[in-house]
Amino acid sequence: MYPSDLRYTKEHEWVRLQGGVATVGITDYAQHELGDVVYVELPKVGAKLTAGQSLGTVESVKAVSEIYSPVAGEVTEVNSTLGPNPETINKDPHGSAWLIKLKVNDPGAVSGLMDAATYQAFVSEKEKDASA
Amino acid sequence: MTPPTTIQLRKTALNSAHRRMGAKMVDFGGWEMPVEYSGIIAEHMATRTAAGLFDVSHMGEIEVRGPHALELVQYVTSNDAAKLVDGQAQYSGLLTSAGTFVDDLLVHKLSDTHYLLCVNASNQDTDFAYIREHNFSQKGRFGAEIENAGPRYSQLAVQGPRALATVQRLTTAPVAGLRYYRFMFGDVAGVACLIARTGYTGEDGFELYFPPHHSERLWNDLLEAGRPQGLTPCGLGARNTLRLEAAMCLYGHEIDDTTTVWEANLGWICKPDKGDFLGRDALLAQKRDGVKRRLVGFEMEDRLIARDGYEVMIGGRQAGKVTSGSPAPFLKKNIGMAYVPVESSAPGTEIEIAIRATHARARIVPTPFYKRAA
Repeated sequence: MYPSDLRYTKEHEWVRLQGGVATVGITDYAQHELGDVVYVELPKVGAKLTAGQSLGTVESVKAVSEIYSPVAGEVTEVNSTLGPNPETINKDPHGSAWLIKLKVNDPGAVSGLMDAATYQAFVSEKEKDASA
Repeated sequence: MTPPTTIQLRKTALNSAHRRMGAKMVDFGGWEMPVEYSGIIAEHMATRTAAGLFDVSHMGEIEVRGPHALELVQYVTSNDAAKLVDGQAQYSGLLTSAGTFVDDLLVHKLSDTHYLLCVNASNQDTDFAYIREHNFSQKGRFGAEIENAGPRYSQLAVQGPRALATVQRLTTAPVAGLRYYRFMFGDVAGVACLIARTGYTGEDGFELYFPPHHSERLWNDLLEAGRPQGLTPCGLGARNTLRLEAAMCLYGHEIDDTTTVWEANLGWICKPDKGDFLGRDALLAQKRDGVKRRLVGFEMEDRLIARDGYEVMIGGRQAGKVTSGSPAPFLKKNIGMAYVPVESSAPGTEIEIAIRATHARARIVPTPFYKRAA
């Protein structure tokens, strides 16, 4: 269910690190919690982010969710398709609905993050608690 | 995401049906309610273009009976219940002696000696205590029989242009001829209901009141009868976006114990000529002196979304707060309501909403934002 080439945070962001470039998005669990996404606020190209720093917001009909950068780096690309089509985040959260790309200097940046199996277990616990 | 809680939430009779359908459940005023099934936008659009089915069993019902029923209702509410005929309902306010809102409600007249009040879920116990207090506070002048009847009722709302077609498939009661804000008794899918042509969406539709043990049967039969019409189960998320587009008030947001009917554009539910009632003197004084603030609707001009509680600025100065703010799925705009100083309340007035680090531009517009085709 959760792609094995991604790493995951407790705040339900995912990151793919390939050759010094980190692609960041929010997970299927996050989009399901949010509901219909209607608006996305993203940083400008060139912005420098630290790990855990807010990179913007994803808004649904009912809620505003702050998004935190899983890794430190400089924003090199912002997904401009999300402006006209924010609902892509609901439809393809791990693929075409990536939020930003970062130039990352530390190759060990994702080592502290959860792998797919650990994240799957993490959200399963949350789903169990929620339905109790 | 909310952490696990040990607070026991109240549940409607349809709680397990909602969970089986995969509804996202939330705590609403102490009740565990479905906020959405297939998505707020899909549910909202279904209600505007076909029909939506809402479990609103959390709403409260208070029965007022006996020879003094009308007197009590007239004293504790703002509208003129003496104008009602049997089988007619009216929107009204339960008021404090300061003329502010304890709750908003629907008053249904069943007979000269029997009224059914439908009140907000979160207020049903305080409303009942308030009415009971005033039932006996006039030196025995009222002494009506009152009952907090919430547990005896489930309530479903069928709303939308195809609501009538859906309900007609399940009843021989002449619902097509039931006028707006009238009600009748009839069987729907074999369940004895009070069938009211009322609703909280701005669409045509019905609210059905019936004993809770029939809930699953009526819910399922309505879904099946409505399927060819496009009937869609809808949660509280869509209920909120629908009522906001129709500029209908929500207690705790547009109205509360600090707001009056004049400020909230609800003067039409206030009938000072009907006789004395709680809050009448305060309201007459405010009418004479003029209100200082007014409830307005606004549309965002920037793409940002105004939300409940955000600051409103006019001319660079703090002017009030957003009472309700949200995307409007049918209108495809971002809208909201707020109290602003009366001198700045005209439609066309440019305002700003503080949204995180930005002062987003908005404009006061006439309400309702949405009105269904006649």
